[in-house]
Amino acid sequence: MKKLESSLKNMALALTGFSVIAGGVLGFVNDITSGPIAQANAKTLGDAIAVVVPGFDNNPAEAPEAVEIDGMSYKIYKAYKGDKFIGAAVESSSMGFGGELKVLVGFDVEGNIIDYSLLSHSETPGLGSKAADWFKKGAKGDITGKNPGKGVLVVSKDGGEIDAITASTITTRAFLVAVNKAYSAYNKQNVDGASGATQQVSSKTK
Amino acid sequence: MNNFKVLMNGIVKENPTFVLLLGMCPTLGTTSSAINGMGMGLATMFVLICSNVVISSIKKLVPDMVRIPIFIVVIASFVTVLQMVMQAYVPGLYATLGLFIPLIVVNCILLGRAEAFAAKNNPLSSFFDGLGMGLGFTIALTLLGGVREFLGTGKIFDVAILPEEYGMLVFVLAPGAFIALGYLIAIVNRFKKA
Repeated sequence: MKKLESSLKNMALALTGFSVIAGGVLGFVNDITSGPIAQANAKTLGDAIAVVVPGFDNNPAEAPEAVEIDGMSYKIYKAYKGDKFIGAAVESSSMGFGGELKVLVGFDVEGNIIDYSLLSHSETPGLGSKAADWFKKGAKGDITGKNPGKGVLVVSKDGGEIDAITASTITTRAFLVAVNKAYSAYNKQNVDGASGATQQVSSKTK
Repeated sequence: MNNFKVLMNGIVKENPTFVLLLGMCPTLGTTSSAINGMGMGLATMFVLICSNVVISSIKKLVPDMVRIPIFIVVIASFVTVLQMVMQAYVPGLYATLGLFIPLIVVNCILLGRAEAFAAKNNPLSSFFDGLGMGLGFTIALTLLGGVREFLGTGKIFDVAILPEEYGMLVFVLAPGAFIALGYLIAIVNRFKKA
């Protein structure tokens, strides 16, 4: 077969034809993968919630409550065991060194931090990216068990008591801002039994 | 040219990274660790093989004056397929490489091989060209990622070899990528002459 000439008709036909075929293939693949993609995303979130507020037996990811503070919206995933409210995971974010820093913080009924999980970030690998473990239980910047209601979390360089990640003070600050904001959102949710936390915090975090 | 020669051509003689210096953006951007480099290399290799085979099969149906847009449509389709499949089945790797996957479309290795090889040869040779170039790219990225990870954090493929305190952080950051790549190219050139 001879190669097609570059006449207007041939060019239009070839471009249209190949685009239609490509579109069809992509639609087909999208059909197959959209289910697993949604599942994978839900699993990531579900796993993160299970880490930060363990011990629930409902499905917190199902119906998050949205709380709005200063134009920013926070998602609160509430955890129940039986009928008892045992805490909530709050999705919060702030601007880090390299871009948005998204974090999921788990609070118990009194407002103490149970654990946290870094959902997404664009911090420097090897420096700011250490935030994924730095503030965990037993690590240098441990924030678990602390209650932002009794004292806003501040990095030691700014007179607080949280040790900053080595050479990443900006990331540390951003992370703590996100955690403090998560607490204000947690404080604002309408849940009976979550009143152990004080109301003064939302003004202090600004 | 026999197919074995075509294959080795991509890995050694015309290695896309060390010799042709094509596709520098993903090379420098994704190689902060050996596993990331390897993931990016394999992703590119998949697209390169598929697009090479398809383009060489349809070359007679493509009028010369619109060949570039048609090649791009083919490449972009495969990249999108890859992106959706990765998102569905390997979300962990997708989270690390996410930003760089769509950029495979504009990686000049793909369009370069489509133009220089696939548009002139049969599908079988084009398959081997894609495989060779893809392997060459993967080896180069894994090597560069390994060197940077080792010098930066003392680990290779996340296995600690030296304590992390000995790591030179600069190699994990962008400047280290340029330095490490420069030295690797120099070493490869030395061995090619010998």
